[in-house]
Amino acid sequence: MPKKIVIVDYNMGNLASVANALDYIGYKAIISNKVDDIKSADYIILPGVGAFADGMKNLIDLGLVDVLKEQVLERKKPFLGLCLGMQLAAEKGYENGLTQGLGFIKGKVKKFDIKNKDLRIPHIGWNEVYFKKNCILFDKLNKSEVFYFVHSYCLFPEEDIVVGTFDYGGEFVAIIQKDNIFGTQFHPEKSQKAGLQILKNFIES
Amino acid sequence: MLKKRLITCLFLMNGMLVRSEKFNYHNALGNPIHQLERYNDWRVDELIYIDISRQDTYDLGRYDTKVKIKDNILDIISEVSKKCFIPLTFGGRIRTIQDIRERLKRGADKITINTIAIENPDFITEAAGIFGSQCIVVSIDVKINDKGEYEVYKEFGQIPTGMSSVEWAKKVELLGAGEIFLNSIDRDGTGEGYDLDLIKMVSESVNIPVIACGGVGKFEDFVDGIKIGKASAVAAGNIFNFTEISAINAKKLMKENGIEVRI
Repeated sequence: MPKKIVIVDYNMGNLASVANALDYIGYKAIISNKVDDIKSADYIILPGVGAFADGMKNLIDLGLVDVLKEQVLERKKPFLGLCLGMQLAAEKGYENGLTQGLGFIKGKVKKFDIKNKDLRIPHIGWNEVYFKKNCILFDKLNKSEVFYFVHSYCLFPEEDIVVGTFDYGGEFVAIIQKDNIFGTQFHPEKSQKAGLQILKNFIES
Repeated sequence: MLKKRLITCLFLMNGMLVRSEKFNYHNALGNPIHQLERYNDWRVDELIYIDISRQDTYDLGRYDTKVKIKDNILDIISEVSKKCFIPLTFGGRIRTIQDIRERLKRGADKITINTIAIENPDFITEAAGIFGSQCIVVSIDVKINDKGEYEVYKEFGQIPTGMSSVEWAKKVELLGAGEIFLNSIDRDGTGEGYDLDLIKMVSESVNIPVIACGGVGKFEDFVDGIKIGKASAVAAGNIFNFTEISAINAKKLMKENGIEVRI
């Protein structure tokens, strides 16, 4: 049976890009905001561009918080959060005030704190990601690869789940893994070959 | 370390790729869908498409016999986003929040606005509030006026606004723009090199990334745009349209000059 891949549609950012990238590597994904689709999914992808508070509000309004928690934490389904999607997996976000996140991982999402005034915020562009630990997402990739980032906020985890980092006036979280929960701060769907490989590795995990 | 970006800029007129010179001369280059696959191999970091059609109905009276011309910008966005897995910015003729929404839905990652931002600066804030600052690139078209000052123009560089480039750049940053796409009307399509004074002045006046555009004639211009102009990203149109593997060679030269690029 083909795997059912669900891209969660919560009106945050460019879902079509993620579906197009998966299509290009041979997987058909469903873009959906239906509880039943998330329940029957084999893989759940939470993409997203935008603010933490808006993202959480949309998930709550669409009634998706409980089903995501149930499928990811209890049913242990492979989950991939991209950019804001990864940040929402944290307990708390400090973008536009304090907001409770999905709480899949312990930690906070806060604005970049960079001393070097030459470094511009948002952090936009291609940056090197260093793979620090073994992770299925790095299969067939080099020890470091360049990926596309666009964000002003970062994840600061309070548990040992960081598997990849990037440097921008300090070391920040690029990739996390906690059991079935994966997340990337960068956009694999916008990072050409290396990005497509990350998506492939997730679906084949 | 964050890489400096090399961006290909493509101008679309009535669904065709065109060459622009000083914002008012255009040769048709062909079908925008044809060369898409090449951008993945070229290691270009981003694509910026600007729809410079002046009228709503697209009819050039010439059609490619093998591939249907996509005469609608939304269809073009869909096609591009199925084949190019790099950030895609679309601009031109955007007037409403709905225009932005439609483009993002089709696969655009960012949109660039110009005239509407000048006529209604609050639109920048409204759009950034809905889609995030990272999504809103404000394009600033600059020309040296009769007094020898850098003045901002609107409506595809046709109408002067009375604003200085630095004054407007600072304002759009404050209003919530995520990036500035800075074009020199005087240099557009000339191959004389970037207006480095303009780029440096604007880059140093804001904290958001500035993308330099207009005038690239040789690969050294990209190096100057970063090193002298202090731009975060360097963009060009014609040099990529007329020179094979130009992005690869341009990046090679940038790297040789000590600029961090994605190879």
